[in-house]
Amino acid sequence: MLERLTPVLWLLFSAGGTVAALLFPAHLFLTGLAFPLGWLEPPSHEALLTLLRHPVTRLYLLALISLPLFHGAHRFRYTLYDGLQLKHLTVLIAVLCYGTALAGTALAAHTLWSIPG
Amino acid sequence: MSSAARYTPYHPRWYRRRVSVWWWLKKGSYTVFVLRELTSVAVAFFAVLTLGLVRAVAAGPEAYQRFLARLGTPLLLSLNVVAFAFVLFHSITWFNLAPKAMVVRIQGKRVPDAIVAGLNYGAWLVLSGAVAFFLLRG
Repeated sequence: MLERLTPVLWLLFSAGGTVAALLFPAHLFLTGLAFPLGWLEPPSHEALLTLLRHPVTRLYLLALISLPLFHGAHRFRYTLYDGLQLKHLTVLIAVLCYGTALAGTALAAHTLWSIPG
Repeated sequence: MSSAARYTPYHPRWYRRRVSVWWWLKKGSYTVFVLRELTSVAVAFFAVLTLGLVRAVAAGPEAYQRFLARLGTPLLLSLNVVAFAFVLFHSITWFNLAPKAMVVRIQGKRVPDAIVAGLNYGAWLVLSGAVAFFLLRG
């Protein structure tokens, strides 16, 4: 089962890695540092809600959340194998890592699609 | 050797010197490798934080204000500083690896690594500008 899924998991890893590499620094700098530290004015709730109502924004955010989650799950899985020498726990680690990514994706999809249009 | 050899998938019982769990601290390049792999934690952390932001905005203005206030707490600020360093490290290592992961040929000639990496850095700049534009215009 895990072997059959390997190509898909690698594809998600590299798609998520690219999305995170291109977009996370800007998002993290603004949301995590510049807004809370008062360097820049955070957008108003109204402005963000207007953005969220657009279907393209919802698709963008789903990709922005889901793909990096799968990227992180995949990479963290191998970090556990190599770093902590846990190769004998393959199935448990894979289920936990990808399961978390899958749950995050489901929650993101549900949240994004239940915003009134 | 009294007991008969027992073979299990991942722990064959032949002689093998045990490697310390801290093997990656013994050499600089190993440490960089493990730090690069650990960027996965920062990436997953920020994906979850973004999900939290979206949920707060969807829940209404008060929830959004509460979320912003929580971002200003020392705990989340320090987590975000560390995560930002790791995410930057991820971007740089990812773009520098791109020419090796995907060899581009034009008319049979390999496009130089510097150009492939340079295009990635260019795209990074443009997309970061776009993100800032959409989040800062109002």
